[in-house]
Amino acid sequence: MPTFELTPSMMREIIMDHYQNPRHKEKPSQDGYKTLHASSTNCIDDFDLFVKEENGVIKDALWDGVACTISTASTDILCDLVINEDSSKALYIIDQYLKMIGEQPYDESVLDEALVFVNTSKQAARIHCATMGWTTLKEIIEQDEDHHGGH
Amino acid sequence: MIDEKLIRKEFPMLSNPPLMQGHPLVWLDNASTTLKPQCVLDAVSSYYISRTSNSHRGDYDLCYSMDVETELTRKAVSKLINCSPNEVVFTSGTTDSLNRLAQSLQYSLKKGDEIIISLSEHASNVLPWFQIAKHTGAVIKYVELQKDGLITLENLRKTLSKRTKIVSLAQVGNVLGQIQPIKELVAETHKFGAIFIVDGAQSVPHMPVDVKDLDCDFLCFSGHKICGPTGIGVLYGKYKLLEDLELNSVGGGMNDKFYLDGTIKPSKAPAKFEAGTQNLEGILGLRAAIEFIMKIGLENIAEHEHKLKKYAVERIKELGNSVIYNADVKSGIVTFNINDVFAQDAATYLNSKGIACRSGQHCAKLLNDFIGTPATIRASFYFYTTKEDIDKLVDAVSHGKEFLDAYF
Ligand SMILES: Cc1ncc(COP(=O)(O)O)c(C=O)c1O
Repeated sequence: MPTFELTPSMMREIIMDHYQNPRHKEKPSQDGYKTLHASSTNCIDDFDLFVKEENGVIKDALWDGVACTISTASTDILCDLVINEDSSKALYIIDQYLKMIGEQPYDESVLDEALVFVNTSKQAARIHCATMGWTTLKEIIEQDEDHHGGH
Repeated sequence: MIDEKLIRKEFPMLSNPPLMQGHPLVWLDNASTTLKPQCVLDAVSSYYISRTSNSHRGDYDLCYSMDVETELTRKAVSKLINCSPNEVVFTSGTTDSLNRLAQSLQYSLKKGDEIIISLSEHASNVLPWFQIAKHTGAVIKYVELQKDGLITLENLRKTLSKRTKIVSLAQVGNVLGQIQPIKELVAETHKFGAIFIVDGAQSVPHMPVDVKDLDCDFLCFSGHKICGPTGIGVLYGKYKLLEDLELNSVGGGMNDKFYLDGTIKPSKAPAKFEAGTQNLEGILGLRAAIEFIMKIGLENIAEHEHKLKKYAVERIKELGNSVIYNADVKSGIVTFNINDVFAQDAATYLNSKGIACRSGQHCAKLLNDFIGTPATIRASFYFYTTKEDIDKLVDAVSHGKEFLDAYF
């Protein structure tokens, strides 16, 4: 969690950094990943998300495809945030993020760099770009829970 | 010469523009849809204020007059594209026209018959053919495009064969705005005994289109792209072909009689293709729009757009920070990218300046593989577009690198 106030110029830098040098933009080189496709009729973004879970813990998260700055950076930061978290914590983080984008009260303590997207609703047309990766990951995790009998 | 300043007074969205992100709207997405003049709004609302009734069932005056109005709109369309009024079928738009045509034509296709389209077609002129190909075993073939998206006679000739039954192409492309030499392509197609369908969604609103001169068999366009209401469109067909064409949608208003053994005795064309209550407000609005457009003159509209296009290309080129994909095309569409800025990010930035442009694949997903970029920005003009609109666009494009400003 950032221990200092994020200034707009830091926020821009974080977004551009993840856009220009995404950390998790690649296809998995081994087996064992679950995957879902993310795309929408409302935008160009079109990518696959890959997740590797072991004993309820997300061991790795990757994505690959065509995406704008907002969906690239937000999906990449999402991967950063959930790797090595258990899936219920990941779901909690995702929910807090979706609340932030939806301008509802949210727990900022778990969002770290994802806080840079706090202004997304200013560009309503990009809200789905900022959330595509997140809702897709949520779907993968929830599918998985259903599959195992879940709670 | 068009006096766009005077014309703009007739458009509520221009004379009293809504604010977008705090800026008065700059409308540069005319290939997507067009703004409406007051006369169209009045025609549409007149249906609800003083003319509400159904057509086809004229036992009383109001109803009879709706039938008369409907025929007057057919007449207006016939003047616009130079056909007879009974060759005009009302649909809900280009997409609907093409789907219905495909539905009807599928009955004449056999396994191995060929349908020719191109990589630059809008999804509406691709997917209906995919659907009927799936059901009939017909084969989709793509005529080769030149780098500028144009189709040469030579290339069409190479694709045509004895099995070709249908050629369906846009007269003006919605991504690159290229204007196809339809008349020659039609003549060549007819040598093979195939029918030629023109997707006129981007041509009919922007240039003179004469179906007799083109000799095309069918032509489709949308009311909303020609300053008319949404939900109304046209399917033109040569009368003889309409007479022979299978039904595609059935119900009230399209049959003279039906019998309990399942026989339908359809009305004559065009009525046999107009089942159910029609979009009557749309029919009224479409006539007002066509009359408005024709008063301005399609030659004038084409000239005005091309002038603006040249101006926009010059100014964007001067900036030196963009690639233009269709600099030489003579229609009012500029397709470009700002260097190192993803099209969707650029369009969001333009939005933050109140400028409506489209980013994306513009429904021509196939073409973007062909021009080698996943996405472009498209600015498209109409007769009410001004140099000032373009100056605002150019100014925003010059700051394209700062696209994240849209969020801060
Ligand atoms: C070339 C072309 N064909 C078809 C269409 C579909 O028109 P509509 O959505 O009005 O049915 C469009 C609209 O963008 C178009 O540009």
